[in-house]
Amino acid sequence: MLNFLIRRTVFMFVALFAVTVISFFIINLPKGDYVTAYIAQLQATGSLVDADEASNLRKFYGLDRPLYIQYLKWISQIVLEQNLGFSFEYNQPVTVVIAERLLLTIILAIATIIFIWIFAIPIGIISAVKQYSFWDYLFTFLGFIGLAIPDFMIALIMMYLFFVWFDFSPGGLFSPEFSQAAWSYARVMDLIEHMWIPIVVLGTAGTAQLIRITRANLLDELAKPYVVTARAKGLSEWKVIAKYPVRIALNPAISLTAYILPFLISGSVIVGVVLSLPTVGPMLVKALVAQDMYLAGGIILLVGFMTVIGTFISDLLLLWIDPRIRFEGS
Amino acid sequence: MNYLSKIKNKFFSDKIPEEIIVQEDESIQIATQRQLIWRRFKRHRLGFASSIVVILFYVVVLFADFLATSVPVHYGAARGFMPPQPIKFFQEGDFLSVCHVIGERNLESFRMEHTADCNNREPLQLFGKGYEYKLWGLFKTDRHLFAMKNPDANVDEWIHLMGTDKQGRDVFSRVMHGTRVSLTIGIIGVGLSIVFGIFIGSISGYYGGLIDSLLQRFIEIIRSVPTIPLYMGFSAAFPADWTINQVYFMITVIISLFAWTDLARVIRGRFLSLRDEDFVVAARLNGASTMRIVFVHMLPSFYSHIIAQASLALPLMIVTETSLSYLGLGLRPPAISYGVLLKDAQNVQAVAHSPWLFLPAIFVIVVILALNFMGDGIRDAADPYQEV
Amino acid sequence: MTTKNKLEKKSILEVRGLKTYFYTTDGTVKAVDGVDLDVFPKKTLGIVGESGCGKSITTKSILRLIDYPGRTIEGEVNLKGDTLKDSVDLLKLKQNGTELRQIRGGRISMIFQEPMTSFSPIHTIGNQIIEAIRLHSKLGKSEALEFAEDWLIRVGMSNPSQRLKQYAFELSGGQRQRAMIAMALCTNPDILIADEPTTALDVTTQAQVLDLLKEMQEKNGMSIIMITHDLGVIAELADDVSVMYLGKVVESGTIRQVFKNPKHPYTQALLSSIPSLATGHRERLPILTGTIPHPQARPAGCPFNPRCKDFIEGTCEVSFPNQEIIEEGHLVNCHLYNK
Repeated sequence: MLNFLIRRTVFMFVALFAVTVISFFIINLPKGDYVTAYIAQLQATGSLVDADEASNLRKFYGLDRPLYIQYLKWISQIVLEQNLGFSFEYNQPVTVVIAERLLLTIILAIATIIFIWIFAIPIGIISAVKQYSFWDYLFTFLGFIGLAIPDFMIALIMMYLFFVWFDFSPGGLFSPEFSQAAWSYARVMDLIEHMWIPIVVLGTAGTAQLIRITRANLLDELAKPYVVTARAKGLSEWKVIAKYPVRIALNPAISLTAYILPFLISGSVIVGVVLSLPTVGPMLVKALVAQDMYLAGGIILLVGFMTVIGTFISDLLLLWIDPRIRFEGS
Repeated sequence: MNYLSKIKNKFFSDKIPEEIIVQEDESIQIATQRQLIWRRFKRHRLGFASSIVVILFYVVVLFADFLATSVPVHYGAARGFMPPQPIKFFQEGDFLSVCHVIGERNLESFRMEHTADCNNREPLQLFGKGYEYKLWGLFKTDRHLFAMKNPDANVDEWIHLMGTDKQGRDVFSRVMHGTRVSLTIGIIGVGLSIVFGIFIGSISGYYGGLIDSLLQRFIEIIRSVPTIPLYMGFSAAFPADWTINQVYFMITVIISLFAWTDLARVIRGRFLSLRDEDFVVAARLNGASTMRIVFVHMLPSFYSHIIAQASLALPLMIVTETSLSYLGLGLRPPAISYGVLLKDAQNVQAVAHSPWLFLPAIFVIVVILALNFMGDGIRDAADPYQEV
Repeated sequence: MTTKNKLEKKSILEVRGLKTYFYTTDGTVKAVDGVDLDVFPKKTLGIVGESGCGKSITTKSILRLIDYPGRTIEGEVNLKGDTLKDSVDLLKLKQNGTELRQIRGGRISMIFQEPMTSFSPIHTIGNQIIEAIRLHSKLGKSEALEFAEDWLIRVGMSNPSQRLKQYAFELSGGQRQRAMIAMALCTNPDILIADEPTTALDVTTQAQVLDLLKEMQEKNGMSIIMITHDLGVIAELADDVSVMYLGKVVESGTIRQVFKNPKHPYTQALLSSIPSLATGHRERLPILTGTIPHPQARPAGCPFNPRCKDFIEGTCEVSFPNQEIIEEGHLVNCHLYNK
């Protein structure tokens, strides 16, 4: 158990480190550095910057130092001061710019995972218990389609259908009157009202995948001798299934959550753009197009962190639910 | 009792011996691994039907210019948002012909309204002359599946099998070219992934131990990072002065940079299970080199798994390219790909009034579904006992 | 006709004409094809046969534990009570209904070949034993816990309170099978079905488990149906024996009758393949030629005919032989004895 815990914790930190390196790499990818971009922006507004000032700025930001020093400086700022740099597009620190959007992204991701669980697990169980029934075939087929069609296409199709059928275009997470308002009960309710479309769009693929996994695992488990033992004991069919195989089939459901989390976050970026959600997705696209690299890098970093930490949490859940892992290696 | 238990193994077979099953059907006995897979795949109806669809799509890839009616970038504002025009059969002596479409602006809604005037028709010709192109970049030709019979008629104004977009470009021709670009990116990307995957997967699986666990952790890290933001980050850094071909190439490389992990996992798993098989041990004892053991003895025994995994990776590649181009971070106009075409379908109002702009989306969905079903069919055929 | 034969011995479980078929995509497999069995109170019935002869399916059919694509299509499984009225045909009960569930684990318990996989890997042994106790009694949680501990002591488990908190994968094979026996017996069943309980164990543990079963039978007075392909186990434990071949009982009788005076060529072949200390050790053991036919390619007539040394052409491949009474209680299905 301790072994598993240590391994996963070490892995989490290594993954977090990898995310920081990749993010920093992306920040430094475009030609020219932060100062070049800054100067270009100043020039666009009419003010001129001479070469001396530019090199002073570079020194100030440490841009004349080797890359690894820059990385250390960047990472220590993040760790010590929670400072992700400055967004010149918004003229504000990155943390300020993305705070609310990141929160909404996290809320959306968690809500989607809950949605996936609520729908996929019961459907997967029904499909397995009633194997080869009409419902099994229906869900298997729908699952296939849900898995194959990318989220943003589903979003596009839904936008189109809503527009044609209800003459309404489903976008955003808030009604106009709440979009800039402070958090309140009414705003939360408004969010919940708007959130279901992106949740369905984002959750479809994950749901399909989880149905498949739950079904396959449960079928596997149902064929195992301990199920026969439980039946031979005189346990009712419903209890047999609920107590034994379902519990075991839940484990892959949890590990799968860790597996689909990156896809979910990836998808939420694009779906965010299609449905114009106030999440980090559209902001990332804008920042990348405008080469506002500290903002873009910050978003990529935080989104990566979210995924890695989410994976870690699901590992802990697995540890809690499956005794076999607890005893591993002991 | 103990010696009895030992003896029982001799006389009471615990399993039904293979040869008995085989005796039933002589042909199974002599079928090679490949024939068995092929037989199982043919029985997988959905997968088999899908593979035909996939083949059709790759025919489009090979003959995009031949199938396209007009140059996909030819625009004309006057021809904007024209609805699809069907081809008429056997009209007054012409085998194939198209009607003239008249556009008129409705002065109340300020929208163009199109009506077909079939008194004014132009005959079509199969395999006729159209715009000039190089087939596979090798043979110069100007033959097209559909062309105008009358050399004076401008094809841009006449044939609109799937209507036109806002700029009056022919959607059908654009879809043909988009198919070619998106599907080749998929194929090349999968090719690169296979190379990465085989390389890393075979090292990991063949050597095992520390190398294996390090590589596995490395793969896990790659998998635990959301890829789309990364792709976006990389492709946003492409210099603006890059040519279409450079962007095209880099996109492919970037996509396969992250997509090889699935393949590597499968290959590693196979290697691990094969490592101690008798034929591998025998090859090693015979003094075969590592390279020879890997490429001559081990890889061929699961090439079908590689094919299955590759055909499942293909749709993922296509979707990734489509997503990136859709966001404006992948291929950019004047390049044409599914993503670029879908970008035109971004405006819901435009699509609601000109639903044919959504046709590229249907192509994308069909090809993705077909590839998925086919990949699944191959996987089931290659390894009927594996878990999902 | 069988019943007439055994009037003086009253059976507790009587199986008549049991047929369980599996409807697979490749055709129907007649796994159990008209089996008759009689289990007598406080006695052990051994069912012996090669793998795939349908002995496990037979016992699973008794408790109605057959899953899709298998189905028990015909027959009677009469579980006798104190009076004639208490008798019940298990095949007439609703599958997974309350009545049947009372019998499963209550009057008829079952233990399995693989004690490792027969326990749930994510629940403790205690959890699973207590569940069985509480299903068939009105004991509260703590009482059931004590009762479970008591049973673990009875089956000779060391450190029982500790064992209850452990998972199956933490125990040794022998301990697991002991726990399994405790779980099956704690409800005080009339009949214990033991489906190859020793096959997965090493030889010393095998002997221990068999001794335990014998001891439990003496103390608790239950009947045992012992399924095995190990003739040694039968010899050690059984009072009566039924020999199965390809879904049919080919010979049955008391252990003395069958082992001393085997009538069916298959039984003879099985028994002669046991090396004996009496014969010279240089002698080669006779070999039962051929292998079990594929379940879908079952031979016509007597299923044993392709391997039979006494094959009678024109008879054996034509019809399945009628049952012949050799002596009281000793029955055989073989054309050699059909008059």
